[in-house]
Amino acid sequence: MFVNQIAVFLENSKGRLKECASVISNAGVDVVSMSIADTKDFGILRAITRDNAKAMKALKEAGFIVSSNDLIGALVEDRPGGLTEVLSTLDTAGIGIEYMYSFANIDAQNALILLKVDNEQLAIKVLKESGAKLVENKII
Amino acid sequence: MNYFDEKKETMPREELKRLQSERLIETVKKVYENVPTYRAKMDKINLKPEDIKSIDDIVKLPFTEKYDLRNNYPFGMFAVPQSKIVRLHASSGTTGKLTVVGYTKKDIEVWSECCARSLAMTGATNESTVHIAYGYGLFTGGLGMHYGSETLGATAVPVSSGNTARQLMLMKDFGADTLCCTPSYAIYLAEELEKGGENIADYKLKRGVFGAEPWSESMRNQIEHKLKIKAYNIYGLSEISGPGVACECEAQDGMHIFDDYFYPEIVDTDSLQPVSYGMEGELVFTTLAKEGIPLIRYRTRDITTLSLKPCACGRTSIKMGRVFGRSDDMLIIRGVNVFPSQIEAAMLTCEGIEPHYQIIVSRVDNLDTLELQVELSEKVFSDEVKKIEELRMKIQSAIQSGIGVSCKIKLVAPGTMPRSEGKAKRIVDNRNLRD
Repeated sequence: MFVNQIAVFLENSKGRLKECASVISNAGVDVVSMSIADTKDFGILRAITRDNAKAMKALKEAGFIVSSNDLIGALVEDRPGGLTEVLSTLDTAGIGIEYMYSFANIDAQNALILLKVDNEQLAIKVLKESGAKLVENKII
Repeated sequence: MNYFDEKKETMPREELKRLQSERLIETVKKVYENVPTYRAKMDKINLKPEDIKSIDDIVKLPFTEKYDLRNNYPFGMFAVPQSKIVRLHASSGTTGKLTVVGYTKKDIEVWSECCARSLAMTGATNESTVHIAYGYGLFTGGLGMHYGSETLGATAVPVSSGNTARQLMLMKDFGADTLCCTPSYAIYLAEELEKGGENIADYKLKRGVFGAEPWSESMRNQIEHKLKIKAYNIYGLSEISGPGVACECEAQDGMHIFDDYFYPEIVDTDSLQPVSYGMEGELVFTTLAKEGIPLIRYRTRDITTLSLKPCACGRTSIKMGRVFGRSDDMLIIRGVNVFPSQIEAAMLTCEGIEPHYQIIVSRVDNLDTLELQVELSEKVFSDEVKKIEELRMKIQSAIQSGIGVSCKIKLVAPGTMPRSEGKAKRIVDNRNLRD
C-alpha cells in the first residue's frame, strides 16, 4: 500500500531543475511521476522513479539534498467523482492531506494518486474499509 | 552663532590642552587605584600614574578593547562603588552578553551637557520642540537626546521608536522643529508622510540630528530634500557616554568632538600607532571626566579621519569626518549594533543547522536589510514545504530575539556557501557609505 518517492531540495535558481533531471537521467534512471512544490525561495521536487535508490545515490553524489519516504498509493476510478470519493473518505475520518499528486494511465480504468497525510495508519484503515484499492511499488 | 556654552566651546587650544592634561592625569590615577584591569594593564608595562604628566603622554597608555568590558561583565570596569551609580545602559556584545556601562550623577550631567551642545550646534534653542524618535531604554539614543533637550531648555517629546503614523501626527500637532532619530528612519518618515498624502509644508521641522548608524552625503541630500530640513550628523557610543560625543555644527563640515570630555586619537588599525590628522584610521577615545566607567584609549573600531582645521562656527574643537567603516566585523543595522557571532550563535540554537552561512547586508530604499543565507542539511530536510518553512521561521525568530533586528532567512543547497582555508567570508556588505 506504500509507494516510495524521493524528495529533492531545489534552490530557486535558473537551471537547477534541469541539473537535477540530468543527474537522474545520467544515472540511467527513468522518472515515472513527479511534482514540484514551489515557494518564493526554494522548491521541492518529489519523484517516483524506476530505481529510487540509484537516483538518490547519484543525486547525493552531485551535492543535492535528497530524502526518501513512502506515500499512500490509491487507485482512483477514471471517471467524474472518482477522486472525490477517496477524498471524502479521508475527510470524514478527519485526516488532513499534506500533499498529493497523481500518476495517470496506470491502466485503462484507473488513475493512481499518491498521498501524504497527517495520519497514515488511520488513512490506510479507512481507505481499506471503503474498498479503495491501495497499490505498492511493484505495481508501478 | 548659537552656542550652549560659548566659553567652553570656543576655548583656545592651549587652554584646552592644559585642561585635557589635568583631566587625563586625574583619570589615570583614578582607574589605576579603582579598576583592577587597568592596574594590571599598567603594571604589565611598568607604567605608573605619575608617568602621565600631560595629554602628550597618552600614547604611553595601554588600549582598552570591547573584550575588556566583556571580561569584566557586568560591573568590573566601574571605578566607583555601586552607591554612586545612578543609571545603567547597555549595547550589544559580541556574544550573548551585553556591554554594560554605568553613570554617576555627574556623568549624566556631562552627557546631558554634550547632547545640549549638540542640539544647540545645529541651531536648536530653548524655544525648540525636539521630537525624539530614538528608542528609549538600555540603548543610549533616546534618553541621551532627551536629557540633552531638557538641559538646553527645549521641549522634549519622548515619542521613542515605532508607530510611524502616530509619530507623524505628533510631529505635526506639537510643532516639532527638531527631529532626532536614525537617518534611515528619517527617510522612512518622509516616505510615509508622502504616502499618507501629507504635505511637509504643514510641519514646522527645521533640522534633524541623525546618528546611531553610518550614513552618506547622498543620504543627507535626500533627507534634506524630502523633509525640507538641514540634516546633521551626530556621533557617539555608549562605552564613551552615548550620543553627543561629537556633532556637526551649522557649517555641516565634520563633527566637533567635545574634546574637553573625550580625547580622540586616530591610529593605524594594524600597528595601532597614531597616524597624522587627515589620514584614515581607527578612532580611539579616552574619557577625561567620566566617573562611572572611565575608559583609557578605548578602540571604537570606527574608521574615520580627524581634523584641526578652524571651523566657521568659531568652535575650537577637533573635528571628525564621517565613519566610513569598521576595523572589526560589527555591523550597524538600522541603528542596532550586530556582531556576526551573535547571528551565528542564534542560528545554531536551531537543531540540525550547520555553521555554513553568509550574511548579506544591503540598503534598499535607504533602509538596511539583513539576509542570512544558510545551507540546508539532510538532517533537517523534509519532503513537506510546511516543515522547511517552519525551520526557516524558527531560525528567523531565534535571530530576531538574539539580535533585536529582523533578518530574512534564505535556505540554500549544501556546498553553495563559500568555504576557505582560513576565515570564511561571512559578510557581504553591499551598502555604500562613501558617496
